[in-house]
Amino acid sequence: MNETQPKLLMLMYGVIAFFAVVGVLLLVVDRAPKRGREKVQLVAFLGPAVVLLLIGLLIPAIRTFVLSFKGPGSVDWVGFANYSWMFSSSESRRILLNTAAWVLIVPTLATAIGMLYAIVIDKARGEAFAKALVFMPMAISLVGASIIWRFVYTARPAEQEQIGLANQLLVMLGGSPYRFLQDPPWNTFFLIVILIWIQAGFAMVILSAAIKAVSADVIEAARLDGVNAWQMFRNVTLPSIRPAVVVVMVTISIATLKAFDIVRTTTGGQFDTGVVATALYDQAFRFGEEGKGSALAVLLFVLVLPIVVYQVSVLRSQREIR
Amino acid sequence: MTARPLHRRRRAAAGLVGLALAATACGTGGSSSPQAGGDPDASLPPGCEDYADYTGSSGTTVSVYTSIRDAEADAYVESWKEFEECTGITIAYEGSGEFEAQLNVKVQGNNAPDIAFIPQPGLLQRFAAAGKLVEPSEETVANAEEYYSEALREYATVDGTFYGAPNSSNVKSFVWYSPKAFAEAGYEVPETFDDLIALSDEIAATGKKPWCAGIESGDATGWTATDWVEDLMLRDAGVDTYDQWTNHEIPFDDPAVVSAVDKVGSILKNPEYVNGGYGDVASIATTPFGDGGLPITEGECFLHRQASFYSSFWPEGTEIAEDGDVYAFYFPATDPDAGKPVLGGGEFVVAFADRPEVQHVQTYLSSPEFVNARVAAGPFTSAHTGLDAENISDPIGKLSVEILQSEESEFRFDASDLMPAAVGAGSFWKGMTEWINGKSTEEVLGNIEDSYPAS
Repeated sequence: MNETQPKLLMLMYGVIAFFAVVGVLLLVVDRAPKRGREKVQLVAFLGPAVVLLLIGLLIPAIRTFVLSFKGPGSVDWVGFANYSWMFSSSESRRILLNTAAWVLIVPTLATAIGMLYAIVIDKARGEAFAKALVFMPMAISLVGASIIWRFVYTARPAEQEQIGLANQLLVMLGGSPYRFLQDPPWNTFFLIVILIWIQAGFAMVILSAAIKAVSADVIEAARLDGVNAWQMFRNVTLPSIRPAVVVVMVTISIATLKAFDIVRTTTGGQFDTGVVATALYDQAFRFGEEGKGSALAVLLFVLVLPIVVYQVSVLRSQREIR
Repeated sequence: MTARPLHRRRRAAAGLVGLALAATACGTGGSSSPQAGGDPDASLPPGCEDYADYTGSSGTTVSVYTSIRDAEADAYVESWKEFEECTGITIAYEGSGEFEAQLNVKVQGNNAPDIAFIPQPGLLQRFAAAGKLVEPSEETVANAEEYYSEALREYATVDGTFYGAPNSSNVKSFVWYSPKAFAEAGYEVPETFDDLIALSDEIAATGKKPWCAGIESGDATGWTATDWVEDLMLRDAGVDTYDQWTNHEIPFDDPAVVSAVDKVGSILKNPEYVNGGYGDVASIATTPFGDGGLPITEGECFLHRQASFYSSFWPEGTEIAEDGDVYAFYFPATDPDAGKPVLGGGEFVVAFADRPEVQHVQTYLSSPEFVNARVAAGPFTSAHTGLDAENISDPIGKLSVEILQSEESEFRFDASDLMPAAVGAGSFWKGMTEWINGKSTEEVLGNIEDSYPAS
């Protein structure tokens, strides 16, 4: 009690201060002279956002970039040593390879599965229920989902009773237990399954909405032309929902690049399952190698950049068509 | 579980007392009598004569950050209650399961705790080299020199500067066994490493697996296996080579290390020997370290190498005694006449601030009064020679303290805590996990050598 009260009080002060600042700001903007009022408004409303972005995003980004050229303890300059380490040590190459597998597989499969599901259940009976089933995993936190799947994958030696669902099924079918999380390289793929399980629901919901928005006249016209189901999908549905597919793919790609929770919760990056995000955390916070951690962060940024640029350019070209 | 709310209430009461004391202290300070301020004992409540050295900081708070949580942490809080009441210094204790990573974040964010208990000399050296640590007071240095061995103090010394006294220490060179099962089968506690192997063969001949082990421990998976390697390095290669190895004066894949790891393999990778109660060799990688020795209580396994703190992992009702359900013997040396190497770990109390109350707390934590108060509050072992072994109630703790204080013992700190974290808390753990998983000794040691940060 003694400790929470000041915190609540602090929170209240914070809220009051916030309203006071906003109030004063609005008042000042309102009283601004007619001439140049637009400029005042621009500065008053954009200013705080710019300042916060500067403090919270831009400055740390620049600092990270600078740190990536420094050694342990961020004292000495080491040039490109951290970057050459990234591409030369066997451990970090494994990490880059794993990350590539994640980024290639998760967006493709999650989008494909989500799209297929959306088409199959479209206008079917019990559509809402079927949608809810696939969308549900989205509601679980990544850590929660990972803990569930870690139990599913748990392997016990053959002599013992299995406590993991996957191995119990294997044993019931006459197989021997498989160590899903410990045996590389396939363990990475079993971790990837977890993210697909989560992201397929997201893809399905967005794509289902896009499919429903395809104009009825176009579909009618295609039907009159006598297309079969595949032609309908290939030539009508897919081109119409392309913007939605791009958004879904890009969103999932970025989420995948940052995949951290799943790997850390299930294997902790052991057994050759590490990815850039977990390696970044380990290097910077556990090993005290801020330089290597920052270099990995810069790499992550460089990898995300083209995806974002692509998305922005697609959205731009769409706006021009309209 | 029921103890918790009760405990919290007690703490609240202590807080109230502290407040009251602070109030009285203010009262005396404000009184017009000039003599009262000059006499240090005047501000000490009755019964606090032992704390005369720590006066003058009433009403202040010192934050202490450690990796110790739950029942052990409660025992610490309990042990310095009298200190708090007498001196008026409040110790704000915080234990974290992510201590190593979070301490780094706190220090880098200029938000360091006043005092931290650092279990890795490697981490301590990193903070010292970065100039973050504050040198302890002369009293603390005097205590450390009087009560702790030079070998142990050396681990907290960086470039000739001593940064903090040791606190608790544990002994890792233990093999747990069941005295009852041994008596039943007629087995004897081995005196040499060869005897230990002979005993293992004898048990294996009966069709039972002599050893059981588990190294799973979340993102620290593998540390139990590194302890095995360290114990064998001390025995197979000797303490001098061990020191060279921890300082990276010999490469990680030196023949001496290969030989020691292969010796570990002759036990942990021997399908005749492991993994009693759990299955094959590979099951070691997935068995939680806390469960590793439990098959001993079910008669499915006879030997389990683990530190003294394993005594708190046995199921409730297990009798820990020389003739009880479980007990431990010293992991025998190859040649007992050449000295007894002891692998251990422990915490060092370092300060990040130089306020007088912080120094008072640091000095108190290095005093015999503290260690004896601490051991009265709950299981605790320390190499502190002021610790009266008579005060220790649990048999393993007593045995540990006897080993730690013995002249014969050659104490060496856990190597993975001495090496740079990228190795000691990274590639070494990871490598040993892969090694259990089937990779060859040469390949794993070569990878670890590659991961050594260039310096």
